[in-house]
Amino acid sequence: MARSVTTQHKTIATVAAWVVALLIFFPILYTIITSFKSEQEAIQGFSIIPSGTFESYAEVQAQSGYFKFFFNSVLLSVGSTILALLVAIPAAWSMAFSPTKRTKDILMWMLSTKMMPAVAVLFPIYLIFRDTGLLDSRIGLMIMLMLINLPIVVWMLYTYFREIPGEILEAARMDGASLWNEIVYVLTPMAVPGIASTMLLNIILAWNEAFWTIRLTTTEAAPLTAFISSFSSPQGLFWAKLSAASTLAIAPILIMGWFSQKQLVRGLTFGAVK
Amino acid sequence: MATQQTRSLARFMMAPSVVLLFVWMIVPLVITIWFSFQQYNPLNPIRDGFVGFSNYALFYSNPAFLQSILNTLTLVVSVLLITVIGGIMLALLIDQPMWGQGIVRILVISPFFVMPPVAALVWKNMIMHPQYGVFADIARFFGAQPIDWFGQHPMLAIIIIVAWQWLPFATLILLTALQSLDGEQKEAAEMDGAGFISRFIYLTLPHMSRAITVVILIQTIFLLSVYAEILVTTNGGPGYASTNLPFLVYQKALLEFKIGQASAGGVIAVILANIVAFFAMRAVGKNLDK
Repeated sequence: MARSVTTQHKTIATVAAWVVALLIFFPILYTIITSFKSEQEAIQGFSIIPSGTFESYAEVQAQSGYFKFFFNSVLLSVGSTILALLVAIPAAWSMAFSPTKRTKDILMWMLSTKMMPAVAVLFPIYLIFRDTGLLDSRIGLMIMLMLINLPIVVWMLYTYFREIPGEILEAARMDGASLWNEIVYVLTPMAVPGIASTMLLNIILAWNEAFWTIRLTTTEAAPLTAFISSFSSPQGLFWAKLSAASTLAIAPILIMGWFSQKQLVRGLTFGAVK
Repeated sequence: MATQQTRSLARFMMAPSVVLLFVWMIVPLVITIWFSFQQYNPLNPIRDGFVGFSNYALFYSNPAFLQSILNTLTLVVSVLLITVIGGIMLALLIDQPMWGQGIVRILVISPFFVMPPVAALVWKNMIMHPQYGVFADIARFFGAQPIDWFGQHPMLAIIIIVAWQWLPFATLILLTALQSLDGEQKEAAEMDGAGFISRFIYLTLPHMSRAITVVILIQTIFLLSVYAEILVTTNGGPGYASTNLPFLVYQKALLEFKIGQASAGGVIAVILANIVAFFAMRAVGKNLDK
């Protein structure tokens, strides 16, 4: 029996929720609006109807080569995610299907590496990167982002793999499937949704990582986080340009994020809240 | 049916993850601890050597140190208060029957996907700018003097920005927990004449307690190391007014090249994080047993 809901109650809830939601979304919305204004328009006080010019977008690309940074962001987030999956899938698989007494300890220890403040190892990492020539290289940063997110990837995969019923594997084994066949034909199809969710969340996290990506790059490997940070010192009239650059930097991940709300909850709470 | 063979295979499959994480965690940490007992300046390599705890003493006696610890804790506690209380209220609101709930959810969760430098710059220039920001427009509309947020209230400004980034996370987690609450229990409580407040205190809040714990712990981990938001807005200033511990360590290491002191600061940051991590691991570990 559903609770009886009066229309009045529903109307009040709707109005209140929409007002709060729009207030929270407002900084993003206003940035998108401003990105379609000219620089002159952007400083003429509050207005929510832009003239609809694309000149800021053109200028951002012309002045700073936006797409190089965008390309780096895509490469780093996708590359580091694939690397992390390659390393994490076997680990999560074995922990989920052949757990030992130490499995839980290993998982907890992996999680604990995530809690080490990045700043504590800033200088050693900086030295190692400098001496190995990895500073400002895409490979170096890709490895760095892979390591940062590896604990979350292992954990997330583990929570998904654990839900795959073990009996199916037993049955496959009874039917004489080799371990390799078991992985390829039985396990993989069942694991794909979990792997996809993990991938999605990890790309978002890697895309938005804003400590190592800023500190370990200068020009060549710099992704959008570093690009946007270069706007931190005002450069004359730059409100519309900043808005255009910001919109471009967040749009792809915002849209991906909307589709990954559930995975986000699960991934970031390490399976504690589903 | 784990045979000897599958067990050794499992170990083999786990090895890359474990080895990589171990090397990544232990090697830099050992170097940091080593540097924290050394006099080392890359610009002045002559005065190298073991100096005992003097880096710690120097870092500790730096007036910026206590300020940075205070700022770190202020930031963590304020943002936690805002996001947990705000998140509970928002989750309760969004959980009500309404039109367009899906869109409301999307709007509310969005700030979480905005990369930290963008979030900080948008707030700095579009919203809080003393001349062209929306807050200034509003102030002028009411005939008031616009506030110079980052000059006069740098910590408050950063707290607002960081809270804006994390409120969606808290809301989303708490909403997920709220929606798993048994509808029949709610109905039963309603039939027994429990009002909204007592339903909240005796039914909803206990049900959400685990999610609230998780939100607090995970946010604390991230909030202890807020960096980009400070870098692109106040750069730690004015003076040290908005410098937190990670930012102070960064300044010492890469701007002043006082590696020994920076490393000592890093070790202190690790200790601080470990205290938090201890409680975090216990909470998450409990969930693992279920």
